[in-house]
Amino acid sequence: MAGIEKRFGSVVANRDVNLSVAAGTIHGLVGENGAGKSTLMSILYGFYTADAGGIEVEGHSARIRNSDEAIKLGIGMVHQHFMLVDTLSALDNVLLGVEPYFDLRKSQTSTQAKLHTLMQDTGLQVPLDTLVEDLCMGDRQRLEILKALHRGARILILDEPTAVLTAQETDALFGVLRRLREQGKTIILITHKLREVLALCDQVTVMRAGQVVHECPTLGATVGTLAEAMVGRKLRAPAQRSALKTGAPVLLAARDLHCTDLHGIARLRGVSLQVHSGEIVGVAGVAGNGQTELLEILSGMRRPATGQLEVGGLHYTAGQWLNPQAARHAGMAHVPEDRHERGLVMPFAAWESAVLGYERLATYSQGLWMKTRAMLSDTHTLMQRFDVRPPHPQLGSSKFSGGNQQKLILAREFNQSPKVLLVGQPTRGVDIGAIEFIHNQLRMLRDAGCAILLVSSELEEILALSDRVIVMNQGHITGELPVNECNEQNLGLLMVAQEEVAA
Amino acid sequence: MSQGQQDIPRWLDVGVVPLLNLAIALVAAGLVVALVGQSPTEVISALVKGALGTQRGLSYTLYYATTFTFTGLAVAVAFHAGLFNIGGEGQAMLGGLGAGLVALWLAPGLPGLAVLPLMVLGAAAFACVWALVPAYLQAYRGSHIVITTIMFNFLASSLMVYLLVNVLKPAGEMNVQSAIFAASAKMPGVHQVLGWVGIAWPSSPLNLSVLMALVAAVGVYLLLWKTRIGYQLRASGASQGAAVYAGITPQRQVLIAMGISGALAGMVAMNEVSGVHGKLLPDFVSGAGFTGIAVALMGRNHPVGIVMASLLFGMIFQGGAEVAFEVKDFTRDMVVMLQGFIVLFSGAMAYATAPLVARIYHRLRGNQHSNPPTLKAKEAAHG
Repeated sequence: MAGIEKRFGSVVANRDVNLSVAAGTIHGLVGENGAGKSTLMSILYGFYTADAGGIEVEGHSARIRNSDEAIKLGIGMVHQHFMLVDTLSALDNVLLGVEPYFDLRKSQTSTQAKLHTLMQDTGLQVPLDTLVEDLCMGDRQRLEILKALHRGARILILDEPTAVLTAQETDALFGVLRRLREQGKTIILITHKLREVLALCDQVTVMRAGQVVHECPTLGATVGTLAEAMVGRKLRAPAQRSALKTGAPVLLAARDLHCTDLHGIARLRGVSLQVHSGEIVGVAGVAGNGQTELLEILSGMRRPATGQLEVGGLHYTAGQWLNPQAARHAGMAHVPEDRHERGLVMPFAAWESAVLGYERLATYSQGLWMKTRAMLSDTHTLMQRFDVRPPHPQLGSSKFSGGNQQKLILAREFNQSPKVLLVGQPTRGVDIGAIEFIHNQLRMLRDAGCAILLVSSELEEILALSDRVIVMNQGHITGELPVNECNEQNLGLLMVAQEEVAA
Repeated sequence: MSQGQQDIPRWLDVGVVPLLNLAIALVAAGLVVALVGQSPTEVISALVKGALGTQRGLSYTLYYATTFTFTGLAVAVAFHAGLFNIGGEGQAMLGGLGAGLVALWLAPGLPGLAVLPLMVLGAAAFACVWALVPAYLQAYRGSHIVITTIMFNFLASSLMVYLLVNVLKPAGEMNVQSAIFAASAKMPGVHQVLGWVGIAWPSSPLNLSVLMALVAAVGVYLLLWKTRIGYQLRASGASQGAAVYAGITPQRQVLIAMGISGALAGMVAMNEVSGVHGKLLPDFVSGAGFTGIAVALMGRNHPVGIVMASLLFGMIFQGGAEVAFEVKDFTRDMVVMLQGFIVLFSGAMAYATAPLVARIYHRLRGNQHSNPPTLKAKEAAHG
């Protein structure tokens, strides 16, 4: 790809980008959110057409106007959010759109046979008869790769492939990718996890603000140099941990929480925890082992089947649980895991989303009337304080990048000086510069005496922030350790442990 | 990122796109008119003249627009809470029942200043309760509001006929209608009010409900965008997940939105039953509830847009009737066809032209951007 340019309105997403990927290699493409990686790949895959510049595939100049043309050229893409039909089987998902015969049964048998050879060759094992909704994330990803290969992909683009995977699944994926490379496939890996780039890739390209700022072989590159190139400045070392004062009061205490989901499956089986003033308690675990339910119950969005809770000097039982309003009233703020579904009202302007949950406060409403001016000026202040870009309160909530949406939510929740803070996945899909900022803000809040419960699927994040770590698996707490006794190995073991381990 | 190409400025979205849609509808209708051997220009000019050309025509246009404003606002309020209220027709009928019962019961003994506000309350209360039943079923039982509100239109229709035939029809009356209301139950006509201050205005069905419609439009705007009720209602309609997170109960928002929506639809009764007929008829709504859906769609669910769209539909109703009268061989069915085209292009396909406008807009702007030589030349000139 040479001299690629792409504009959206007045925003330049790609400026004179040159990228050449050698056949049979794994090429890393790294950069912050909004650096233009995804735009560049979307141009390659035919979602967008470039305003200027040209593309050459395997030596021939190519014009890619849609994804069909990209597939014909042997380009396959695995999106960060999988493009699978949940209610179809794995096999039918591969088949969808490329059925070789009119007779569906015949198509299934022939495709199944082909897939079995493909699975043998690549090591991508997927249970083909299972419905996609019943597959784990790792299986779904393997299925996406299979799908691309089945359609004849020789060049594979993977967008943030490890964001949803556990450490073990990531290792397995990397094994497969290396094997594909040996078989002569070319792989482009989009990520912002630099360690993965160094472990896997042959060559790496760093993008910043729509331009290529650095390109080098991974041999000899370090995380430090790449991170600097990505962010454009040196990253400071994490702030020193202040020692937890002994005898700090317990601000949040939950006992014996149980809950079941709509299908009657137990999601929490007797979870008890305490969070003291001035400490961050990290909840580690493979996603889907009750962490989401835990946050929803503690914040009052969901009622447990049984259990008790003490917060803000009040005592709640399952029969009389708190609601989100009572939780906020008790000084408990909540940064939800899913900022699109919960944290913001996407069609609202930023200034309306910036008071979500606090709209009843006297600051924002008087009687029934909303104080528009106060909302606008407060949003402006919040945006300044948390460096939300662009700082335009009138802009729609959906128009901000993921990191800036997250900063807006954090700003809103921090603004009422909470005594207790529940945080879910504070930096999911957020770039490295914003991660540093968000982590520092969380530490400052902790140092101000707030009790913070942090749920994250990033072990690195848990280890970087927590004072104490709780590990969850299948709705149980399988272990509790002070952070200085934690490492990726023992936490990883606890994350898959079946029996409750004494802390 | 994907919305990057769809973004167009607000003035294009609320100004140019609706006008373009209207133009396409008129062209399409004009083609059909030409096909049957009539002159499109003659028809259009007769239509506009019939709707706006005389004081009487203008009055009729405004009278129709009043009804459509009420039903359009009703659809919009529900829409902002994420609900599609198809039941404006039935809710308006029940509003008529509420207003009619108050009129039959109280009007003989009370002056208009007392009866009319009570009729408004009666209409609002009956229509509101009628809308709350589907709302409750949606919120707490998961029955889809589109299905239930449609069914409630039929129920309302049957209920009206039953009550009028068996309960409200005076002995000896041959038509299906209630007794005629006492004079105090009549909403004063605009020509009467103008007559009191000495302005001569031809008699028409236009009555003071037109002012109520304007007040309702302003009220809906304030409610939705300036009050906490509106904030919570829109939050719940735009994202249930976010509403739950914020401690807003979506179920309750469904009840609030449908209650207000129903009450607005019920106001049709004041324009028709109290303002014109002076008695209760089974079919006084005559499709206005459904026209309200088209009005709300065309008005982008915003009160300003709804008032404008109501005026347009009022013009077509009034002007169309005049055309059928004036132009030889131009039947009532042709007018319905014209209405159909406008509903199709401005309502149902309101967003079909938006991508085209966006593409043209961006191409024009893109060209402005990619002219660096001129920019450099300018800089050089300055240097």
